[in-house]
Amino acid sequence: MTIRIKNISFSYPDGSRALHNLSLTIETGECVAITGHNGSGKTTLVKHLNGLLKPDNGDVLVNDSNTKACKTGQLARQVALLFQNPDDQICKQTVRDEIAFGPKNLGFEKDKINLLVEVSLALFDLVQYKNHNPHDLGYSERKRTAMASIVAMDSPVLIFDEPTAGLDHLEIELLLKVFEKLQRENKTIIVISHDVDFIAENMDRTITLANGEKIFDGPVRNLFQDDSLLARCGLLAPQMVQLSKSCKLPSAALSPQEFISLVQD
Amino acid sequence: MPVIDITQLSYCYRENNPPVLQDVSLQIYSGQFVGIAGANNSGKSTLCYAMSGVVPHLFHGKFSGNVKINGISTLEHTVSDISNQVGLVLQKPDNQISGMRFTVFEEVALGLENRGFERETIRKRVSEMLNLMELSSHAERSPFHLSGGQQQRLALASVLAVDPPVLILDEPTTFLDPSGAFHLFSILQKLQKEGKTIIITEQRTDLLAAFTERVIVLQEGRVRKDGSPQNVLTTPDIETAGIGRTRYTKTAELAKKNSLWQTDHALPATLNETIAGLRIRKNTDDYKN
Repeated sequence: MTIRIKNISFSYPDGSRALHNLSLTIETGECVAITGHNGSGKTTLVKHLNGLLKPDNGDVLVNDSNTKACKTGQLARQVALLFQNPDDQICKQTVRDEIAFGPKNLGFEKDKINLLVEVSLALFDLVQYKNHNPHDLGYSERKRTAMASIVAMDSPVLIFDEPTAGLDHLEIELLLKVFEKLQRENKTIIVISHDVDFIAENMDRTITLANGEKIFDGPVRNLFQDDSLLARCGLLAPQMVQLSKSCKLPSAALSPQEFISLVQD
Repeated sequence: MPVIDITQLSYCYRENNPPVLQDVSLQIYSGQFVGIAGANNSGKSTLCYAMSGVVPHLFHGKFSGNVKINGISTLEHTVSDISNQVGLVLQKPDNQISGMRFTVFEEVALGLENRGFERETIRKRVSEMLNLMELSSHAERSPFHLSGGQQQRLALASVLAVDPPVLILDEPTTFLDPSGAFHLFSILQKLQKEGKTIIITEQRTDLLAAFTERVIVLQEGRVRKDGSPQNVLTTPDIETAGIGRTRYTKTAELAKKNSLWQTDHALPATLNETIAGLRIRKNTDDYKN
């Protein structure tokens, strides 16, 4: 499942330019972070990957199919997208029905739907809430319901917009276990995030946008070591990179374990 | 006398529901910068509501115990009286923006108009607040056309305009980028130095460690810990309360196991505490061999 974006540009109907001449390729099984200021075009970019938006110029190819020639329903089978705000996504009366909504729309068999729903409920620690109305639950339960709905669609590509925002430490640990499972299944994971410590420890590659243009695409370490690039996209260096710099290590560590191995003789 | 004095506070939103706060007693003194940490649903927001009179005045649940602001019980005040003493900034700024005003300038002026200030005073005060929050260039825009970070700063400007001595902020950085979050904490630190009392709930322990002087941990509606950020945020059992320790603390723990930590140094929560305690070479040239 390769995603190829070739020279796309996009402006909203009010004329504001959101993406400009942007190209990139994401291969199967990659774990990619998309970073950049608020308003830099991150969400607009990912909405092109599942056909919610079509480029004014250029092409988006999902598995060699041009999104301009595909229906959004066809693309949803390939690319599942979590919105930043769970309330933009939730539409059913119970957590269980909400999670079943995606796989039902994709036309899966009843047994498969039931299995996907049960697994997703368990993965996001929602079993006790399965008969609750999502709107009666707290923010983090609604956010986990939205994430479980995306995972239940069993798509080869999953996009998460700010998955860690508003989650506590234990909920982030839960999310990491889900990511590990998805990676074992060779799914492609794309994460829009400002959480630099999370990105440093868990993502391989980052694509950075500024004013709708790609200003960086490479290993996360290279972005976090570059102060001028970080300043351009409103990011601060992760804790471990700050510590590495203060200790004048020749290269920046991305995790406590890596830091210790770098400073040991 | 404490600015906020809470004794044996328990609260539940509906009769027969489990209590959200249980037997909470704590005092907050003038000029303190206090962080409140805890998992989601641990009672952080409800505690913010109780300290600003929203609970029990606007939510009519089951309230017991006492919350005093400058010696007077919140039960004996109206919410508008309390708002002169305590300003509350909500987690989602779109819940706070009034929707009654067309521009950012007018939104900040609203609280001052309601209190009957003179026109010139209002104009001057609003301009100061917009300047402080770096919103001057947005003064004539609609509040609803601002980004999330700008709306968050607008909510704070509106609360600050009426100059309450105590500010309570409920997870204000959730929707901010890292430089926006750092900027907000820097502004709060400046306000504290000018004499304000600041109380903030926050998931990010690196920010709590770097800026606050006291951290209170809530777990299932009870106060579990209360002390200096370094003491509270480095204890391993806060992780079971849903609070992630900083990467600095984790690094020092690993360093300790590998004899790279000075034994007379306590575990760190901040960058500087970590640098001070590590037993490693701190010069690039030392790594070239």
